[in-house]
Amino acid sequence: MPEPMGFFTDTSVCIGCKACEVACKAWNQLPARNGGKVTLSGVSYDNTVALSGIQWRHVKFIEQFSPDRSTGRWLMMSDVCKHCVQAACLEVCPTGAIIRTEFDTVVIQSDVCNGCRACIAACPFGVIEINPETNTAMKCTLCYDRMQAGMVPACAQACPTQSIQFGPISELRQRAQARLEQLQAQGVTQARLYGHDESILGGLNSFYLLLDEPEVYGLPSNPQLPSQKAAPASALSAAGAVALGLLGLAGLRKQRMDRLAAEERERRQQAPETEG
Amino acid sequence: MPDTFFTKSPHWGWWAVSEFFIAGIAGAAAAIAALLWLFGSRDDRFIARYGFAVATVGSALSGLLLTLDLKRPERFWHMLLFSKTLGPTFQKWWAPMADGAWALFLLGGFSFLTLVGSLADRGPLPSGLAFLARGVLGTVLAALAGIAGVFYAGYKGVLLSATNRPLWGDTPWLGILLLASGFAMASALLLLLTRDRSPAVSQWLRNLMAGSLALTLLVVVILAATLDADVRRLVLQNVYGVLLVVAVLLGTLVPLALAWRPRLLGRLTLPSAAVLVLVGGFLLRMAMLLSSEAA
Ligand code: SF4
Ligand code: SF4
Repeated sequence: MPEPMGFFTDTSVCIGCKACEVACKAWNQLPARNGGKVTLSGVSYDNTVALSGIQWRHVKFIEQFSPDRSTGRWLMMSDVCKHCVQAACLEVCPTGAIIRTEFDTVVIQSDVCNGCRACIAACPFGVIEINPETNTAMKCTLCYDRMQAGMVPACAQACPTQSIQFGPISELRQRAQARLEQLQAQGVTQARLYGHDESILGGLNSFYLLLDEPEVYGLPSNPQLPSQKAAPASALSAAGAVALGLLGLAGLRKQRMDRLAAEERERRQQAPETEG
Repeated sequence: MPDTFFTKSPHWGWWAVSEFFIAGIAGAAAAIAALLWLFGSRDDRFIARYGFAVATVGSALSGLLLTLDLKRPERFWHMLLFSKTLGPTFQKWWAPMADGAWALFLLGGFSFLTLVGSLADRGPLPSGLAFLARGVLGTVLAALAGIAGVFYAGYKGVLLSATNRPLWGDTPWLGILLLASGFAMASALLLLLTRDRSPAVSQWLRNLMAGSLALTLLVVVILAATLDADVRRLVLQNVYGVLLVVAVLLGTLVPLALAWRPRLLGRLTLPSAAVLVLVGGFLLRMAMLLSSEAA
């Protein structure tokens, strides 16, 4: 059994070139957006906007400027499926289309998916969407096909700054820790790791070095598994069912009592008549 | 910003609103029918038949709507059987949608069999099929239809709670809310269908409807009060919040008042209340589903 593999993305060195996006599209033969027509987002220099069924890598541009644009900063982050150790998408998929591979990554089998979209609502990171060409849910496979052939995923291979690093998770964690210490020693006190340990969904096999709060990058600080929410909801539902069942039974019992009482009254009324 | 706002909408939309509406009625109708069948007077069993008929038709419609909502409808059977092993998907019992698909299948199946049995017992179908409604088998089939019905009516809300979407994943109260509202809607529909056929059962259905409405109201209040303030502001302080208020006023408070004062509109009181409950149930589902999808 191979050891868990994944990505460590060091956002501090990302330059927003989007080479990873292009490499991902090219290797996975993903179609262009809008049928190839170039459209500008109109809100950012980022024109690929978000992860989707045909956009498995997305470089986020977080553009923070003062209203007069005299001061500002850019944060960049190449976003992707986190290949969660406790994956919400895998948990809820009813068809078994989503599997965990021998590399501890999470993959959607397109020939099994029926497009129910439960995984889309479950993923805490908004990663999955429907690919309009196949009409199935799609996301990053961490280049499962390349990994099986002993190759590095296309995005990590293409990244010119080594912002995306690929390797065994244990090794990546060490590298991430060393980089964090280096940055903090340089005075970048806001630097932090996200998803490197088990506190977030048992660990993210694609984890990050961030330069601000997770929310600034559009990442939830405390993502949850659907099963954690299903248990209390089911318990309340069951309590409601018992209450309504008892209400119904009590009503039927009263009905029977009333009927018996009416029959008894009738019998009593008839008895003196027959006696008389 | 709450964690649920970093997610994407599944875009279940109108298919889901319609399906949730029908599913609530179908599931609760089977449960009500089973109660009447198992614990009511034998003379009133013909009314339970209406419940099983509603459940049968409703589950067929639910299945159809769910299939049409799939992006690959021809793979609808993947919901029931794993396509690679052909094992039943309920083996993955922790996936709510797999459980729901099986519950729907069983709800439709058991309701249909009980309906056929009862129509053969005292009705137009060949009497050879009456064994389906008689003895231990009849009792077991009716009970199973009822259990599957309760499960299915409540499961819809649990399915929403078991997501990471705004509102849905932010409250555990949706299961009981849709269950209670489903019971109110099913009682209302059965009241409309069986009016005056059995005064005792009508009275019972009216009480059940009122009790379910009271529970619905209570749960809406608790849900709104316990919801994170940011979620409430971002998801419900808009047209969907207005819709929710209308649903509660029109579909819960007014019918409750009418059930409390049954002579208020003369002979029209009960039918009016029943129609309002059905309209309110639909609006409630619109508000709960579409508000989160728009967030
Ligand atoms: S990030 Fe989302 S899609 Fe990726 S494994 Fe985790 S839950 Fe699944
Ligand atoms: S859309 Fe496909 S991958 Fe997602 S939960 Fe449904 S069947 Fe599974």
